[in-house]
Amino acid sequence: MKKRLNFLIPLILLLVLVFFLGRGLGLDPHEVPSPLIGKPAPGFALTQLDKPEQVIRRDDMLGKVWMLNVWASWCVACREEHPLLVEFSRQKLLPIYGLNYKDERAAGLQWLGNFGNPYDVSLFDHDGRVGIDFGVYGVPETFIIDKQGVVRFKQIGPVTPEVIADKIAPLVRQLNG
Amino acid sequence: MIPELGHFALWLGLGVALILGVLPMWGAARERADYMGLARPAAYTLAGLVLLAFLCLMQAFIAHDFSVLYVAANSNSLLPIQYCIAGVWGGHEGSLLLWLMMLCIWMVAVARFSRHLPMPVLSRILSVMGLISVGFLLFMLLTSNPFDRLIDVPADGNDLNPLLQDPGMVSHPPMLYMGYVGFSVAFAFAVAALIGGNLDATWARWTRPWTTVAWLFLTIGIALGSSWAYYELGWGGWWFWDPVENASLMPWLLGTALIHSLAVTEKRGSFKSWTVLLAILAFSFSLLGTFLVRSGVLSSVHAFATDPRRGLFILTFLTLVVGASFSLYAWRAPTVGLGARFALISKETALLANNVLFLVAALAVLLGTLYPLLLDALGLGKISVGPPYFDAVFMPLMAPTIFLMGAGPLVRWKQATLPELAVRLRWAAAVTVVASVVTGWLAGQIHVVATCGLLMAFWIFTSVATDLWERIRPDGGGVAVLRSKLKQIPRAMAGMMVAHIGVGVFCIGVVMVKAYEVERDVKMNVGDTTTVRGYTFRFNGVQDREGPNYSAARGELAITRDGQPVTVLHPEKRIYKVQQNPMTEAAISPGLTGDLYVSMGEEVEGGAWIIRVYVKPFVDWIWGGCLLMALGGVLAVSDRRYRRKQGAAV
Amino acid sequence: MANMRSMGKALVLSVLLAIGVGAARAGEAAPAAADPALEARMLEITAELRCLVCQNQTIADSHADLAVDLRRQVREMLQQGQTDQQVVDYMTARYGDFVLYRPPFKATTALLWIGPGVMAVCGLLLLVLILRRRSRLPDARFEPDAEDADATEQPQAPTH
Repeated sequence: MKKRLNFLIPLILLLVLVFFLGRGLGLDPHEVPSPLIGKPAPGFALTQLDKPEQVIRRDDMLGKVWMLNVWASWCVACREEHPLLVEFSRQKLLPIYGLNYKDERAAGLQWLGNFGNPYDVSLFDHDGRVGIDFGVYGVPETFIIDKQGVVRFKQIGPVTPEVIADKIAPLVRQLNG
Repeated sequence: MIPELGHFALWLGLGVALILGVLPMWGAARERADYMGLARPAAYTLAGLVLLAFLCLMQAFIAHDFSVLYVAANSNSLLPIQYCIAGVWGGHEGSLLLWLMMLCIWMVAVARFSRHLPMPVLSRILSVMGLISVGFLLFMLLTSNPFDRLIDVPADGNDLNPLLQDPGMVSHPPMLYMGYVGFSVAFAFAVAALIGGNLDATWARWTRPWTTVAWLFLTIGIALGSSWAYYELGWGGWWFWDPVENASLMPWLLGTALIHSLAVTEKRGSFKSWTVLLAILAFSFSLLGTFLVRSGVLSSVHAFATDPRRGLFILTFLTLVVGASFSLYAWRAPTVGLGARFALISKETALLANNVLFLVAALAVLLGTLYPLLLDALGLGKISVGPPYFDAVFMPLMAPTIFLMGAGPLVRWKQATLPELAVRLRWAAAVTVVASVVTGWLAGQIHVVATCGLLMAFWIFTSVATDLWERIRPDGGGVAVLRSKLKQIPRAMAGMMVAHIGVGVFCIGVVMVKAYEVERDVKMNVGDTTTVRGYTFRFNGVQDREGPNYSAARGELAITRDGQPVTVLHPEKRIYKVQQNPMTEAAISPGLTGDLYVSMGEEVEGGAWIIRVYVKPFVDWIWGGCLLMALGGVLAVSDRRYRRKQGAAV
Repeated sequence: MANMRSMGKALVLSVLLAIGVGAARAGEAAPAAADPALEARMLEITAELRCLVCQNQTIADSHADLAVDLRRQVREMLQQGQTDQQVVDYMTARYGDFVLYRPPFKATTALLWIGPGVMAVCGLLLLVLILRRRSRLPDARFEPDAEDADATEQPQAPTH
């Protein structure tokens, strides 16, 4: 009888395999989770988009919970999330800083003029190095950083009302105490 | 009208496939000759209907009927005619129709060349193939209909992906599909044997030629894909361990194991249940490959654009087909006999050890391909598994396999001794070591990886030579005696020798190019030269050229060696008009001892161009080796035992 | 080979000397990269890194913007004298293990790395064990020797 059980091994292995393949159908092989969650945000010193003489540093933000939204005038998906961000900024829940990624100043400012400006300040990352430090690989991306400067949340792709209601707003409330 | 006709043909085909899938099988169980007699006609009818659908789709492409969604998505009014035809299988829906078409071709072949099979056996086989076609027809009709119409007919189509506008597209998918769909025949034979209870050496003899032919098509299909990538992609890579490539390699590995296992079962009646399992596995991996490529669970450059709903359908189909086969196996295989006896040291054991290694190789590739999915599904993070892993794991597995490839043919059936074997192989071993070292030294530098590969290749060559020598053994009888001895070697044996030599040739190609390839990126103004390995490349400038559906910048490089002209190459940088994407067309001068490969980079200031120049020693031996393997398969199948008239049906 | 290279270098030098500065005349083509050895090293490292915005391509091969940026980044890091391992650590700190085509050996990937070897050894051992067990079975359990279809299939024994 034990010999008979051996012949069931292929079937058992198949069922295990199918289980994992079925789970795989619900996953996205392209999505890359951020290794920065729970780690300090990378240091940066960037000029303001509208004021090239004004420099903003990471440490300027210590003591507040804040949001960093990576955007660009050439980014089509950013158009999708932008009205939401403009709406969200009116709630004044937390300061929202923009990271203008691999763009030109004039184009970026014009884009904000056309579609609204939800950002307290927009940082200008011309060559994308700060983006690389943040592990940005697709625009738009959004980070929530806490009072100690630690990255707590990353959204890959446009923010949706569900993400704001279920993930961002509760997290911000929690981090603010 | 014509697309609707094609669509209707598929629905009719579904009905015929259901009849084929059920009635002959039932007839075999109940010994009803009338039901069994339906098998052949139903198979032919189904094939005719699928062919009709296929031709309707082809007609829609040739006539540029953009009211059909699939045609609009995969072609354009400027598309040259051969790519209109190849475009039929350029996307997911059409390639499914090609899959089904191939299945029908195999079904017709089985129906036609099966006079020697007893009716119940043939009925079961054709029914199984009919059931598989039911699955694919349902898949197409319910989720992936190539004949869907567009309400708003676009003025022109999206064009076929420029990477696919190549002769490779005409040959690679059909060959590949002939291959891994072909394993469905061995699968059907296996299932039929398990149901009917007639698993024996005769069964193995029937199954063997079908498996060999499928295997050789798959070999050619994979080789075509690899050589296409080599000249198309612009940097001369030929294998990336991409999930879709792995999806075709796994059935190939299992198919190779199956061919060898069938040899044991046919010869000695041994390890029948293991061979049957391999036959089921080979086709199961074909189905698994179909799932992986079309479900979106893995990221690949070759993957079709699909959605999880289609993935779910294939997964369900896969589970049903393979699950049912494995259940049947668990139920019936334990009662199968042990076959003839053989010792621990014997040809049987060598072949079985080969089986184990090929199976492990296939499982290793599967492990690497699915591991990222596994970890992600368990919430353990996201990783990537790429060529560094596969190279590190696959090569060491192939080394003992190749050692057996050399030793195995020289081991006696039933019982042998190691000392005897060592004596027969001592000359081969000595020559192998010497030849490998000398070759490395002649190439200019002794390279560890290259030496390992050369050792394997020369081992194969010398052991085949030893085997051949022992068979013809010139004893002064003159050329006539020699020729008659050569003629006496059975075709199956000759096929084996040729195929094994092909593997050796392949190894040489792989390691020589890896170890001794030279690449140089240079900035060239008109008249500039660069010299690589004795070849001088002179840049003669760039001209603009218009193609049928693209505009190109065509460079010219004149190549000389020691002052003597060798050839003139014309690499291109193309912009395809419809999708506006840039494409690099490399220019290659192939040669027996290596290729000269040139591709263009960007234009820089001053009218100079970045040009990439490669010298790739022995790279064509990679595909030459595959061709030899396939040729070996052809020789083996033409063995007279398969053309012998069979006696009374068993 | 080495002879060719030094001859080539001598040729370039003499051509430059003959022409002087600034004249664009046909001659030995300059390498595309400013420092070919560094470039080769950069390509070797990035050939094992995954381009995150592509469908399964290396950073070395991809034409995507991010890949171009990352190649530039690696080039600069190598110029600053950083080691290969430092470059890899830089990438994984920002993108995680996903960016590595050679998965690191960790608890979660142990099965991946040792699996094939273990399977091969176990498979062969199992084969030997099964065959040993069969050799102890009585003859009755086996089928009698089928007549060999072709005597010439049996390899010839040496006759010296």
